[in-house]
Amino acid sequence: MPDISTLNNFELLEYGAWAISILLGLWMLFDTIKTNMSYSEDLLTSSREGEIEDAFVIDPTHQGGHR
Amino acid sequence: MSQTTTIHGEKISLLRILGPGHVWALGVGIVLVGEYMGWNFSVGKGGAIAALIACWVAGLLYTCVAMIDSEVTSTVAAAGGQYAQAKHIVGPLMAFNVGLFLVFAYTMLEAANAITLGYLIQTVGGMTAMTDAAGEALVLHDKPFIVLTIMFLAWLNYRGVYATLTFNLVITAIAFIAIIILFFAVKPWTTEILRHEELMTGLPYGWIGVIAALHFGLWYYLGIEGTCQAAEEVRSPARSLPLGTMTGIMTLLIAATMTWYICAGLMPWEYLGQAVTPLFDAARFMDSLPLMVLLFIGTIFSTLASANGCINDASRAWFSMARDRYLPQWFGAVHPKYRTPYRSIVFLVPVALLFAYYAPLDQVITFSILSGLLGYTFMTFNVIMFRRKWPIGTIQRGYVHPLHPLPALVLLVLCAATYFAVFLGYGTQLMAMMLFFMIASLWFHFHRYRYVRRGDQFTMPWPRPLGDY
Repeated sequence: MPDISTLNNFELLEYGAWAISILLGLWMLFDTIKTNMSYSEDLLTSSREGEIEDAFVIDPTHQGGHR
Repeated sequence: MSQTTTIHGEKISLLRILGPGHVWALGVGIVLVGEYMGWNFSVGKGGAIAALIACWVAGLLYTCVAMIDSEVTSTVAAAGGQYAQAKHIVGPLMAFNVGLFLVFAYTMLEAANAITLGYLIQTVGGMTAMTDAAGEALVLHDKPFIVLTIMFLAWLNYRGVYATLTFNLVITAIAFIAIIILFFAVKPWTTEILRHEELMTGLPYGWIGVIAALHFGLWYYLGIEGTCQAAEEVRSPARSLPLGTMTGIMTLLIAATMTWYICAGLMPWEYLGQAVTPLFDAARFMDSLPLMVLLFIGTIFSTLASANGCINDASRAWFSMARDRYLPQWFGAVHPKYRTPYRSIVFLVPVALLFAYYAPLDQVITFSILSGLLGYTFMTFNVIMFRRKWPIGTIQRGYVHPLHPLPALVLLVLCAATYFAVFLGYGTQLMAMMLFFMIASLWFHFHRYRYVRRGDQFTMPWPRPLGDY
């Protein structure tokens, strides 16, 4: 780890950009793995072209889905 | 909440939540960066007049694209846009290729935008002229900001389409208004600031320069056809898609002409032809700090909006192909909470990073243009086949484009001219790309197509096609 007291503003900005990028990447990766493990593969890949209007859709915030 | 089994009939679909404004923001958002930078290389190819001819010829090409796309998409309202059109109208091999054109065109454009944004931030850093203890000038590196751009926008796309495209709507509108404000600031009704009479030098390279200028003339409008990718997420696709696309191309025609008029009246063609940020440079010529700040913000916003729309479109195309098993079905998953094609979004992040990190900007842009051009060529015979198989009256259309088949023929001729223009500058890349798509087609035909459930992929409730196709 670099000594923060010796960093100039540019270096701080660059490290900040790297840190945010890594955090966002890890968040997406973690959420992808969590979602993959929490739901069945059949459900996750159940979307079909042309069935949107009448699809019975799941939304966890509504606990089960709505038509 | 953990759910490991599927209750009978439960399905997760993309969220149908967008309006025509979002469609406009998606199309114009992807393209407007072309007004802020890139179009001016056409000036370098053939002078200012050649760039204006290229602007209008490319405008005609894209008006044909927008009209044709509006008609077909108003009937094939499915994510994947032109991929879904090709699947229903031409056939699986064409659909596979069109899907790849889309993913390549948008992912490369996303990478190009990220490179540009990194460059802009680096330039602003350079303008602060900081030095270290030894008096050496400090350099702000572009790579962290290239990566941050891609990661932030991918994260936004992952979290939901409504927030993503509302964000695009706001920043695209600001970038467009910035061009209008600059246009009025240069007082186009007088010759007080603009010096067209003095700066117009005819055609320095003759008519071949005009043809060569077409390559970068596309940059004014490249990506407007991306509106169709929102088909499955828009509330009323038959109305919203044509409305969003047609108002989008009108916006771009106005923005492109204003941009040319401002820049060609302020800068000599020798400078304009190699400028990195021509509109920002025009604001600097005006010597007004508010204008400079506004146009700098416009440049940053247009770049962000373009990358953002590209992630949206590339992921939808990849998702649609996977859903039909043209690619591993694993990518055809929808996030149960955010209702986005989350695996496709995540998968394309390292692809974009790889190109943005290692590939030179002009190569990335050229691959994007070539992929787009291949897609436009497909549209010409796609619409002719569409009208022959399903004539007017046989299926309901949200929009019927006029003068058929003239727009398709004009588009074909303009595509041929543009291939020649690209060949003049990037012949090797054109050949390499063609070879890549040929090898990919062989892989699909001899290997992948056996996994496709052939009956399931045709989803539109259309009558049987007419003719012998």
